Amino acid sequence: MALNTKEDTKMEFKVVGTRVARPDGIDKVTGRARFGADMSAPGMLVGRVLRSPHAHARIVSLDTSAAQALDGVHAVVTRADFPDLDLDPMLADIRDNCMAGAKALYDGHAVAAVAATSAAVARQALSLIKVEYEVLPHVIDVDEAFAPDAPALHEGRADESVPEGMSPNVMARYSFGRGDVEAGLEKADRVVRRTYCTAATHQGYIEPHACLAQMGPDGQADLWCCTQGQYMVRDTCAAILGLRQGQLRVTASEIGGGFGGKTTVFLEPVALALARKAGRPVKMVMSRQEVLRATGPTASSSIDVAIGMTKDGRITAGFAELRYQGGAYPGSPVALGSMSAFAPYDLEHVRTIGWDVVTNRPKSAAYRAPGAPMAAFAVESAIDELSRDFGLDPLEVRLKNAAREGTRSAYGATYPAIGLEATLRTAHTHPHWAAPLGENQGRGVACGFWFNFGGNTCVSLNIASDGTVNVTEGNPDIGGSRASMSMMAAEELGIPYEQVRTVIADTASLGLNEVTDGSRVTFAVGLATIEAARAAKREMCRRVAKLWGIDEEAVVWKDGAVHPAGPNAGKHDPMTLAEIAAIAPNTGGPIAGHFEVNAEGAGVSFATHMVDVEVDPETGATKVLRYTVFQDAGKAVHPSYVEGQFQGGAAQGIGWALNEEYIYGDDGVLQNPGFLDYRIPVASDLPMIDTVILEIPNPGHPYGVRGVGETSIVPPLAAVANAVSAAAGVRMTDLPMSPPKVLGAMQTK
Amino acid sequence: MHYHAPTTLDAAVDILAGASGDCRVLNGGTDLLVRMHSDMAHPDAVVDIKRIESLRTITKEDGGWRIGAAVCGAEMGEHAGLVAAWPGVVEAAGLIGSTQVQGRATMAGNLCNASPAADSVPAMVAAGALARIVGPEGIRDVPVEEIPVGPGKTSLTPGELVASIYLPSRPERSGDAYLRFIPRTEMDIAVAGCGVSLTLDEAGAITHARVALGAVGPTVMLVPEAARMLVGSHLREGALQQLATICSAAAQPITDKRGTEHFRTHVAGVLARRAALIAYKRAGGTPE
Amino acid sequence: MSKIHVTTTVNGDAQEFLCEADETLLDVLRDRLGLTGAKEGCGTGDCGACSVTVDGRLVCSCLMLGAEAEGREVETIEGMADGEKLHPLQRRFIDMAALQCGICTPGILVAAKSLLERNPDPTEEEVRYWLAGNLCRCTGYDKIIRAVLETAAEMREAS
Repeated sequence: MALNTKEDTKMEFKVVGTRVARPDGIDKVTGRARFGADMSAPGMLVGRVLRSPHAHARIVSLDTSAAQALDGVHAVVTRADFPDLDLDPMLADIRDNCMAGAKALYDGHAVAAVAATSAAVARQALSLIKVEYEVLPHVIDVDEAFAPDAPALHEGRADESVPEGMSPNVMARYSFGRGDVEAGLEKADRVVRRTYCTAATHQGYIEPHACLAQMGPDGQADLWCCTQGQYMVRDTCAAILGLRQGQLRVTASEIGGGFGGKTTVFLEPVALALARKAGRPVKMVMSRQEVLRATGPTASSSIDVAIGMTKDGRITAGFAELRYQGGAYPGSPVALGSMSAFAPYDLEHVRTIGWDVVTNRPKSAAYRAPGAPMAAFAVESAIDELSRDFGLDPLEVRLKNAAREGTRSAYGATYPAIGLEATLRTAHTHPHWAAPLGENQGRGVACGFWFNFGGNTCVSLNIASDGTVNVTEGNPDIGGSRASMSMMAAEELGIPYEQVRTVIADTASLGLNEVTDGSRVTFAVGLATIEAARAAKREMCRRVAKLWGIDEEAVVWKDGAVHPAGPNAGKHDPMTLAEIAAIAPNTGGPIAGHFEVNAEGAGVSFATHMVDVEVDPETGATKVLRYTVFQDAGKAVHPSYVEGQFQGGAAQGIGWALNEEYIYGDDGVLQNPGFLDYRIPVASDLPMIDTVILEIPNPGHPYGVRGVGETSIVPPLAAVANAVSAAAGVRMTDLPMSPPKVLGAMQTK
Repeated sequence: MHYHAPTTLDAAVDILAGASGDCRVLNGGTDLLVRMHSDMAHPDAVVDIKRIESLRTITKEDGGWRIGAAVCGAEMGEHAGLVAAWPGVVEAAGLIGSTQVQGRATMAGNLCNASPAADSVPAMVAAGALARIVGPEGIRDVPVEEIPVGPGKTSLTPGELVASIYLPSRPERSGDAYLRFIPRTEMDIAVAGCGVSLTLDEAGAITHARVALGAVGPTVMLVPEAARMLVGSHLREGALQQLATICSAAAQPITDKRGTEHFRTHVAGVLARRAALIAYKRAGGTPE
Repeated sequence: MSKIHVTTTVNGDAQEFLCEADETLLDVLRDRLGLTGAKEGCGTGDCGACSVTVDGRLVCSCLMLGAEAEGREVETIEGMADGEKLHPLQRRFIDMAALQCGICTPGILVAAKSLLERNPDPTEEEVRYWLAGNLCRCTGYDKIIRAVLETAAEMREAS
């Protein structure tokens, strides 16, 4: 068979690269699409959670008898209802985060839950639960938590990387780099040493967490929920509740945004525990207040940077010490921040040290390129400052130091073909760079990097007797991925896009698929889809060759049909996919292809962002005037959705830079758990966000695809800060750059 | 909770006056329902006043305008006569919340919610607006600045409700304006706000002025010393500077999640000078 | 406590329902009438995902009691298409990729339709301010604003 399974990166496309309509489009514009909270079941109860009002407290006693006795209450659960299984530390932390054990570790930590016949009864039941708390000293700020005498959340949890004598809240130390930083700094004409801080921000998905659980006494359970990974939910819940993975079927609803925040569980094990106890389906939906108090924002950070530069713009050394608080349990994204901080640059002397710190805040969850935006804010701000000090073009400085194919990255890996240089060069020649600026206006640029990820993936492709194709994949579609999979399948099979429909399987219908994260789906699921299509093509070639009575090697797949090849060319009429499918029952049965892989070769991604702002000198208010994203997509499968990822990441980064922050009172209670005072950008805050897609093919993907979802949030914090600093005439090092902060900086400059 | 939807003002007053427990007026509901959702209010009863026809109209009265309590912000913005007469008040009411909130929220509700940051209130105070209060004892007209007495507290007695807001007639060559500062461009609560109403003489000198500040004290405050300073002025740079200084000095803000004391104090002055300029231009003045 | 009987019109259909006095219109639409197109993103009027029109006026259904719907005409996202025929806004949103996750989409479509009924030729700034109460976290609003502006142009040409 002359079907080349190891084709070189494909360069000619018919479907890929077009802007087709997404298959879920009509459902989503008509209100028919069913999200987490849109499902119901007969006999369903309403589940509600009681949450700690204290930032840090020992739970002395917990009396649920009155709630239990209330008419309409069918189950009450506390930590005692979760089996005391010997879990690995990360799972044990998830269990503790879903339902507090001995201590409540943050304002909003779940301490009990009820299932009742109505929301009103459930609310009343919660008010009847008596919890006696012994309030303990708390710590919110990362630098305060880092001090050796800080109140301790956990004793003895630090890993072996942490030296003696550190704060009990320091959980781990990471270090990356090479060379001799001090020697490198000495070669510099100027060294910038500054501390940069970023506030905790929330992913801000508009859909609160929601699930519907049912479980029988036989241990068979079904769960419907909005998640970025139904298999993750299955495996986590099964471990926490002592179920067999195969007995718990998890179906992912349509998902109303995640950005990393739905890569873990909060309600799901609780809903299952309530359903088990009540013997009835239980639906739980978080309020927005619960989302902000008790789900994972990202870390806040405090970062010391030292960067040396020669007066011609060469970086001689880079150093960063990063302290990230990731909430009440170990696992802030500081390691990723430490690895990515200097990733865009080719440096001889570079070192990053990362400290993972716990505080009395909700456990951080992944947020789009977790850990990287804060690190990039620090490094890209320092590079900008040095460039300005020397009067150098900040894009040229970055070009001079840019990592290229063959560069050994600051975190160790050696880069294959990458697109950083292309983004910088394109930015430099873009009209935006040359556009004039007015009074009180400033322009900023910054670069960003993200690793991207592949991971465990499983795709099944089935061909119906009329030649239509179903792709079954296992990753929730968070921004158009069903369209992309259908496009890649159609491309590979040589059939129209409309002939393919992609669906997302529940956990019982397809093998393991890792969470929709790491910008992995278009890359890894796409790769598996293409390979599944190739498997189906091989099968069709085999069958047709047999039908024609010639060797498998003597047929080829071309333009959606099997053709005789070589000496047999022209001896048979080609058979199309539909013709082959129609006679499948007579040639060996249904035709399908499938592919399973733990995908590698995701291909790192780079972006350069450019932004103009105007700062009101009397109020410190910042208006974003113009924004352009330059990013390498490898190959843009659906350019509109690629642009959408660029734009969405930029908008989230603008929010992070200007107004979003978790605000705590002295009592450790979150003061802004709502969209009124947790200020994400609204439509009137933003300009159009222009995008330039660059395509430097990823050698690890058959079509050259790289993940694009996360990189776009990495540069904006620094790009906006550099622009605001230029407009305000004072270097801003503390995010968010809310008006009082900018005004204060301008008044004291 | 009980829901009442009377169709006459008398019936509404009877329900409110006769209620035992926590009985609230439900007008636009954009504050009350938020409080209920956030477990900060659990009224025993609500009296929906939006089915009382007389509270739903904007009418001309003695050269001024009477705005029924149940008229929402969007309806005010669509009323050409009102917009022409009191652009600052209409703009201020139009700043309350989103387009969706504008379809429900009312000035009377904004006033009775008694938030120091209420957007329409400084504009109404600057305008010299009167609230018509109806209650078991009859009707009384009260300057709007006398309604809020502290955050969330009003001077209304049990059984009383605000039935309408009256914006008085004013001479030719008058103008008003309201500005607020918020961190975003929309959807925030005012960090500071300032309403200014001015009347000029033929030569452009200010003959009458009222200045009110929001979100810089426990209630919206009238700043009489600012008004005194403005009278006689042509709003030249010196006067604007003085106005800003006076307003900043009058501000008594707190530091909270929405802004710092220092920031609010400063911005109160900035807003005052900017709002005064707009009002001055609307009054037909030509600032130098 | 007894429930309240409400007679109303939803998307042109006569509807009757019983609700508690403190139930919001959003609760009634979703839990009693099975119209789950309106979403609860916040419950406090800050996100616009629950947008509907009542007697032609755009409101957040989370900020209105179900009981208040008595005798009113409520329009939701479910009533926007005419049978198989999508509203031009709906079609443009698909064609121009003006949605990613889609959770804010119903509210934004209802709000945008309300805008174009009042102002068939809005500026970009007018669209942005009109939609400021509809949060979208995926798109950065760019494609949404473009889709609304292009639909407005298309509808002007058609009329």
